[in-house]
Amino acid sequence: MEFSLESISLEERKELERNVFMGTLEQLKAWARSNSLWPLTFGLACCAIEMMGTGASHYDLDRFGVMFRTSPRQSDVMIVAGTVTKKMGPLLRRLYDQMPEPKWVIAMGSCATAGGPYVKSYAVIKGVDQIVPVDVYIPGCPPNPAALIYGINKLQEKIRYEAKTGKRVTGR
Amino acid sequence: MIRTEELLLNVGPQHPSTHGVFRIVVKLDGEVITEATPVMGYLHRGTEKIAESLNFTQIIPYTDRMDYVSAMTNNYVLVHAVETMMGLEVPERAEFLRLIVMELQRVASHLVWWGTYLLDIGAMSPFLYAFRDREIIIDLFNELCGARLTYNYMRVGGVKWDAPPGWMDKVRDFIPYMENKLEEYDKLVSGNEIFLARIKGIGKYDAETAIDYGLSGANLRCTGVDWDLRKAEPYSLYSRFEFDVPLGKNGDCYDRYRIRLEEIRQSLRILKQAVRQFPDGGETMGKVPRVIRPPAGEVYVRIESPRGEIGCHIVSKGKAEPYRLKFRRPSFVNLQILPKLLVGETMTNLITILGGVDIVVGEVDC
Amino acid sequence: MSEEKKEEEKALPDGARGAGEAQTPPVDPEREAKLKAAAEARAARAAAKEKADKEAAEAAPPEPKPPSPKQPELERIVELLKRDVSEEAVEDAYVNELNGDMPTVVVRNAHWRPAAELLKRHEELSFRYLRNVSGVDYETHMEVVYHMVSLGTKREAAIKVKTEREGASVYSATPVWATAGWNEREIFDLLGIDFPGHPDLRRIMMPDDWVGHPLRKDYEPLDSEV
Repeated sequence: MEFSLESISLEERKELERNVFMGTLEQLKAWARSNSLWPLTFGLACCAIEMMGTGASHYDLDRFGVMFRTSPRQSDVMIVAGTVTKKMGPLLRRLYDQMPEPKWVIAMGSCATAGGPYVKSYAVIKGVDQIVPVDVYIPGCPPNPAALIYGINKLQEKIRYEAKTGKRVTGR
Repeated sequence: MIRTEELLLNVGPQHPSTHGVFRIVVKLDGEVITEATPVMGYLHRGTEKIAESLNFTQIIPYTDRMDYVSAMTNNYVLVHAVETMMGLEVPERAEFLRLIVMELQRVASHLVWWGTYLLDIGAMSPFLYAFRDREIIIDLFNELCGARLTYNYMRVGGVKWDAPPGWMDKVRDFIPYMENKLEEYDKLVSGNEIFLARIKGIGKYDAETAIDYGLSGANLRCTGVDWDLRKAEPYSLYSRFEFDVPLGKNGDCYDRYRIRLEEIRQSLRILKQAVRQFPDGGETMGKVPRVIRPPAGEVYVRIESPRGEIGCHIVSKGKAEPYRLKFRRPSFVNLQILPKLLVGETMTNLITILGGVDIVVGEVDC
Repeated sequence: MSEEKKEEEKALPDGARGAGEAQTPPVDPEREAKLKAAAEARAARAAAKEKADKEAAEAAPPEPKPPSPKQPELERIVELLKRDVSEEAVEDAYVNELNGDMPTVVVRNAHWRPAAELLKRHEELSFRYLRNVSGVDYETHMEVVYHMVSLGTKREAAIKVKTEREGASVYSATPVWATAGWNEREIFDLLGIDFPGHPDLRRIMMPDDWVGHPLRKDYEPLDSEV
């Protein structure tokens, strides 16, 4: 079929510009990925209850394409919600390794970020970033569901930004 | 010839139905469990050791994070223990506020249990309903003390914040709302044939076993033992209110389910009376020395948390920090019966029984 | 109040105070004067308190307290233990006034096992419900405290068993009360007290390869910076 750009009238072109978006394949993938982030239900402690609350009726995480999966092999993002102890550390790493690429990690709450109130404990790992690379840290003890949603939005932003610019936001 | 082999199956620590990081290693013969070994400690955070270097006011936030589904009752057991040691008087208004938040917390905690238990068994929507209604209580707490889950609300000698204007009216409005919803829950779930087939007659034990294993809360009362610390050894203002202690008789998961739902109803009954009797004015903090320093000695106090008897054993040497602080966590003690219950059950019943015990792993591991 | 203030000042770490003085050279006359005034005020307060205490002591010689209502309960427990277990079984017995007059009995380790049987099975005591088991490290010795209650009579008791710090060992109460099982495992794990007769004594909270017992007062973590 022959197709000539000249045959398109000005009005039609304007209409096309409104409806057709140009971008790279990477951007398209990032768009899809960022809007269907499936987290692994990785409730460890108090934050898990807030994570459940975020997923439940009032805050409804499904609106953002975030659906909790119970298997690491089906999930894209690991929300580490709670205190990671030295006994749990190796298992957390194993679950992370079981997740397919691309994968992201959100450290929810101050325990997962840096040990939180248990920073002086003999049994607690001071920050999950000692075991797995973390993309987004959410402060709070525990963070408000709104904060968790904001954190997820930040992760979506990051995924799209990295695809668009080809740069890394954080070095791994 | 058909030959069967024993299968070793690991459930947890990351498993959606173990309510946190709890692990059970089960030996299976076909689908029947022949041996179960619980493994915990995946959330052991050393609270008791940390507490030895903090003063009593600083320990209160750690109690929040122990049983995070029921932070208010945990707050209470610690401040109550210190008050017992020091012989402090708590103003009536503060005690009322404490009682009201504790009963609200009991409702919220049982709602979480109800929602997640049914989620474990395979019903999705009860979870959404339970969290919708729990959110109202959380909002009330949020208004009262600015936190949604870890309140840090009580202090030795009183409470940190007085009820803001209009708060008590909101609590009053919540009671009939919740009563209606409870009926709805009953209609939705309690008569469901499939649900009943899953939980009736499952995880049975008798009163003798329950006492021997030191079970408490609904796990003890489902066998017909009338032992609710709010009635048996009244603390706070519970002796002033009328309420019943729901009892079961079969000691199975169904009885535990009924008792917890009925406990919500009784909590609402207490709340109704408490809101009516709430004193108009008064202090929210008693006369407390600036540095809280209980006299040397030791004390063991216990109260009824939603999960059972939560106790606090303080050994003090007359300093601002406890010499030793030990919590008797109901989840930890209640869970002990699990290996015994699981033997001979099928794999599906593992989830039913474990959920029926109602554990919070933060409390099991402390 | 004054006493507390003083103690608080004492509680300040010496290092911090020393550093503070080193930074501000002691030439500030105003500060000097303030310090002096504060010291004088403190001395005056202390003197006043001493005087008040003296007067109070003179005015009211301490009256002997009336015996606790729980005293007979305690005596009965001790009597039964001495009669049925051994004359030596009871090391010490007192009423814990802080804790609502809880009868507290210190049982000798060697006699703990039969004593536990008696406490649970004896018809009059029937402490069938074991509430709590705590281990305490007193630096000079270790102690295991068993809190129990009789569901029928609502009577309570605390039984203590003392043991040495080195090679700490207390006879297990698990065969008597199943409740003790995990509690004793926890004490074994965190405090390092051995419980001979326990059916399944393993670490419960810490990983199996953990070194040391964290709740001991002299515990030093191996990996402090993880």
